[in-house]
Amino acid sequence: MKNSVFLGALTAAGLTAGVAGAATLDDVKERGTLNCGVTTGLVGFAAPDANGEWGGFDVGVCRAVAAAVLGDPTAVEFVPTTGKTRFTALASGEIDMLARNTTWTFSRDVDLKFEFVGVNYYDGQGFMVPKALGVSSATELDGATVCIQTGTTTELNLADYFRNNNMEYTPVPIETNAEAQQQYLAGACDVYTTDASGLAATRAAFESPGDHVVLPEIISKEPLGPLVRHGDNDWGDIVRWTLNALIAAEEYGITSANIDEMSASGNPEVKRILGSEGDLGAMLGLDAEWAKRAIGAGGNYGELFAKNIGESTPIGLSRGLNAQWTEGGLLYAPPFR
Amino acid sequence: MTTLSDPPQSAFKPSMLLNDTRYRGYTFQFIALVCVAALFAYLGSNLAQNLRDAGLVISFDFLGEPANYDINQTLIEYNNQMDHWRAALVGVLNTLLVSFLACITATVIGVFAGVARLSQNWLVRKLMSAYVEAFRNVPVLIWIIIIFTVMTAVMPSPRDFRGEDAAASMVLFDSVAFTNRGVYIPKPIFAPGGWSVIYVFLAGVVGAFWYRRYATKLLYATGKLLPMGWPALAIAFVPAILVFFILGRPITLEYPELGGFNFQGGINILGSLIALWFALAIYTGAFIAENVRAGILSVSKGQTEAAASLGLRPNRIMNLVILPQALRVIIPPLISHYLNITKNSSLAIAVGYMDLTGTLGGITLNQTGRAIECILLLMAFYLTISLSISAVMNVYNKSVSLKER
Repeated sequence: MKNSVFLGALTAAGLTAGVAGAATLDDVKERGTLNCGVTTGLVGFAAPDANGEWGGFDVGVCRAVAAAVLGDPTAVEFVPTTGKTRFTALASGEIDMLARNTTWTFSRDVDLKFEFVGVNYYDGQGFMVPKALGVSSATELDGATVCIQTGTTTELNLADYFRNNNMEYTPVPIETNAEAQQQYLAGACDVYTTDASGLAATRAAFESPGDHVVLPEIISKEPLGPLVRHGDNDWGDIVRWTLNALIAAEEYGITSANIDEMSASGNPEVKRILGSEGDLGAMLGLDAEWAKRAIGAGGNYGELFAKNIGESTPIGLSRGLNAQWTEGGLLYAPPFR
Repeated sequence: MTTLSDPPQSAFKPSMLLNDTRYRGYTFQFIALVCVAALFAYLGSNLAQNLRDAGLVISFDFLGEPANYDINQTLIEYNNQMDHWRAALVGVLNTLLVSFLACITATVIGVFAGVARLSQNWLVRKLMSAYVEAFRNVPVLIWIIIIFTVMTAVMPSPRDFRGEDAAASMVLFDSVAFTNRGVYIPKPIFAPGGWSVIYVFLAGVVGAFWYRRYATKLLYATGKLLPMGWPALAIAFVPAILVFFILGRPITLEYPELGGFNFQGGINILGSLIALWFALAIYTGAFIAENVRAGILSVSKGQTEAAASLGLRPNRIMNLVILPQALRVIIPPLISHYLNITKNSSLAIAVGYMDLTGTLGGITLNQTGRAIECILLLMAFYLTISLSISAVMNVYNKSVSLKER
């Protein structure tokens, strides 16, 4: 494999996609950092702050995995990817996992040879328009100019939606969210369409968010989740169960504040998660306290949500579909046993 | 006395491959060739092996599947139910369109600036050298983005044209609108007979060229100078205008009008096309200006003086004596500048212009995940386009180069 890496660099870039070593866990441990693909900047999900520290909901997942595997939530190398570069980055082994509001679709899972390990945000595609346009429904958008991020599922949903409703539109393809924001605010497009969560995050960053409305129509299902390469199931398991641990922690009331008491006194399931009972960690090839560290890194799913994108943040997303199954949502972690 | 004779031809022995200077060169070339071939064979098999390991099979079947995405500028009919191949073709045409426009504009700018750099006028000369230095020393991507940002940020959006006291208004008798979504211009509508006007006009243009050739020939043969300018214009335009009115004005203009969200009707020249076109043109124009200047300087001063002593006026000297000779120096680098424009047009993605890299190498690649196939096709397309331009320009170069006998 060493040879192929060297010669792969000699051949045209991309020709040797998908040759990274099989044991991602060993690579990560040897390297000492986790390479995690995130967006180029979407406030609330993944964006660097004033000090250059990455933060956000997707970043929280990366940090939890780093904490579980390496014991250090800061041992993450964040690799900003665009809608176009993300899959190549993952397939080529440049990143170990991708946590970038990526929609789980059949062809990505099967044809592109990726492994979606779960869903961390149930989303749907929406439209945002300036209030001044006086539009109250997406069905009134005939003839509009629409900004879309190219290389995303939204591009295809948009084409389908307008075709189904016999409407015309002019697409303005755009590479990153920041560019889209600039074009939309300059009035180069009437409508900006992306996942509803992304719209909320983008709108929160506007100077006067009140001048823009998100239309009520949600035109697609967008289950967003982290993904890894096909073919390394052990690594896929680690990322999957780290995400599940975050979700289960919320269900059982394990928070970053009470995690030590819970590991001593919680019910058997909680003890198994936190490693004070059983040897689930060893089955993953990790130590017993992997999940405890993952939850301690940024809190459980609910804490991550509230801190980054919840109702008390400028983004102000309600839990909606992303509530626990016990509270009418879709989040449901399989049992830890 | 000794007689000189050829040394006896010794029989060929394998050791001569190394010891004999006549054969040694071939031996080493052969070894080098084998090494290079082996290297490429290894790379190829390594690629095939890795692809097999990754479970990827090269197949171009995806080109026949529906593309499912829309493109904002289509020179041929296209909708999102047509296949990826069609989308790629739309991209090819968009690439060719912007390259063609940029090549023409860059040549005009370049020739103008190159000649002006040699002007006697201090201000013109310095202005042009400032242009050349400023534009060729900043990456073309930056220019594309600057022009595009200016277009979107400074131009009014369509909704500014609305209302009684609109913030913006259309120009040229309300026929053209400059917006941040591009420029809207009137669109010709052809009624029956409309095309015959076009054909007559084209015939007129051919006739005008024929007239100019005839006049030049007559001038060289007899010294009689026919007027060149206005008769040529008349031959080109008068018949077409006559036919236009005889047939009862079969071509009308559809003006862009505000309706719904945007201007409706007319032709929309996208802002991204304009940004890419002008950025490529002014950037490459700066390089062409330097070539033109070099070409002109390569013609010895004696030619100018000789022509002047014959009584030719300065612009005649430039057109008839200097430029034809300078072209021999100008054309070869011009070919590579045209190729550069074509290849640089792939920076279109920076402003969302849907060229070949945007459709086949962008959305199609992304939606199908067929990176290797798409990149191979991209390479093949660009290679074909570039080699064609090169071939055409080489033919032209032959026609202007010094005829050696």
